[in-house]
Amino acid sequence: MSSVNVQRNLFHKVPPRLRGWVLPLLILAVWWAVVASGASDSPLLVSPLAVWQRGVGQVVSGELWVALSASLWRMAWGFGIGASVGLAVGALLGWSRWAERLVGPTFHTLKQISLFAWIPMLSMWFGLGDAAKIAFVAMAAFFPVVLNTLEGLRSVPREYLEVARVYEFSVWQTLRRVVAPAAAPSLFTGIQLSLIYSWLATLGAEYLLASGKGIGNTLIDGREHFWMDLVLFGVVVVGLVGFALNALLAVLEKRLLAWRDRTIARY
Amino acid sequence: MANPALNGASSGALEPPPAGPVAALPPAVAAAPVAAAHKAPRAWAWRWLWAWPFPLAVLALWQLSAVWGWVPEQVLPPPAAVFKVFGELLASGELWDHLRISMVRVFAGFGIGLSLGLLLGGAMGLSPTFRDYVFPLFKAFSQVPVIGWLPLLILVVGIDEELKFLLIAKAALVPVAINTCQGIQNVPNRLVEVARVYGFTRWQMLRKVVFPAATAPIWNGVRYGLTHAWLALVVVELLASSEGIGFLIVYGRQLFQLDVVLAAVLAVGIVGFVIDKLLAVSEAWLLRWRKPGL
Repeated sequence: MSSVNVQRNLFHKVPPRLRGWVLPLLILAVWWAVVASGASDSPLLVSPLAVWQRGVGQVVSGELWVALSASLWRMAWGFGIGASVGLAVGALLGWSRWAERLVGPTFHTLKQISLFAWIPMLSMWFGLGDAAKIAFVAMAAFFPVVLNTLEGLRSVPREYLEVARVYEFSVWQTLRRVVAPAAAPSLFTGIQLSLIYSWLATLGAEYLLASGKGIGNTLIDGREHFWMDLVLFGVVVVGLVGFALNALLAVLEKRLLAWRDRTIARY
Repeated sequence: MANPALNGASSGALEPPPAGPVAALPPAVAAAPVAAAHKAPRAWAWRWLWAWPFPLAVLALWQLSAVWGWVPEQVLPPPAAVFKVFGELLASGELWDHLRISMVRVFAGFGIGLSLGLLLGGAMGLSPTFRDYVFPLFKAFSQVPVIGWLPLLILVVGIDEELKFLLIAKAALVPVAINTCQGIQNVPNRLVEVARVYGFTRWQMLRKVVFPAATAPIWNGVRYGLTHAWLALVVVELLASSEGIGFLIVYGRQLFQLDVVLAAVLAVGIVGFVIDKLLAVSEAWLLRWRKPGL
């Protein structure tokens, strides 16, 4: 597989670190050229400069912050509620075989319902305001946390628990020193997925329960008025937020799960 | 905690594991994910039986709350009403029509996304040069969720079928491509080395080593892809459609007929469940060669 035929063609002349920039720059150049050539007079074909100016305008006027902070605030609440309830439910299902037997199958069936299908029901129960949006985000955050908590607790190797029993660990000690560290990677995956789903759900809620401010509303606004530059700017912001969330989680994972590398390194 | 001496030494040094079906296996094997191991049919039957009390209790409570008037029917229609509407929608063929439209959309979009994802992921996994060029852009593209692309795509292609196909394809493409790429990259080096010792050609290497070793992660990507495709379908039908199962939900909501909404939600859940089961079965079939190894 790694026996790369060493043809010194054009592609190999670009240093590897810069290769990632080639395609985006190429796309940007083509985009610019098409706009500049005036080949199409569609109002949808806006220049990259217009997107940039729209972005600067949104930042300077403060509109971006209003929308972004409203969206992030909703996401934080929904995620906080959904993840903590999910952690509790997941721990219960993972800890007690009986709970898992009784509730597990229902849970696994319910999670099959596509999340967004709940929005019309939620709008009926909670209205179109923030309560419905937060409730929806909480639902989105809930499922991955439960699943991964359950899986994490189940994946604690039997030998570890046996060793803990041999050392006569108390329940608390077993939880603190054996179960929690062994389940931590899976728990973390759950939190990670849950945060990403929360962001997705925030956008979805803002589209479908269109009221108030938010990045989702900004995008919808742009679409309704055929402001392509605003829509493109919104897409970039959505991507940046997703990127920032992932980066934040990567840093956290490195700090919280740093012992994982160390344990392996000792072998 | 993970004492190397303990792991390295013969597992017999540990106290005997408690009795149970796994006790016959050495702990190292028992700890491995033998999820698909043949369960005793009786254990399975018990599990099946225990699954019912909880949902039945919830349904009973729900029904009683309607009967005793705790919750007005406009806010939460009783389950009996929902099942009745569900039956009527089924009998009139209306539900089937919507479902058929939705399924065509899902499978067309998923088919496009799957093929492109396999191609893209395979190319990125096999050629580091290609990966250097494409991966950053792909990564940026995948950072924006399907729902973020929706307004943009509506502006560009309108709200017809193309919109649904494109969005669903995007939803399926990302997990398929990522898992294919990583699956190919993570093929254990020792397997590749053995193959090289045997003087395998490049094609033999791909056909007999790389693809079989990467099947499990790739299939995982396919699974996620189909799940995401179904999710994307519901979103796009809720937002921009005049037919399909998602539209049925919106339609019921607009008429304040929550029993229709819940019946459609039930249908969404059933389809999701069936898709998941089908995928699990085909996974077991696709990876059946792995079992004897255990």
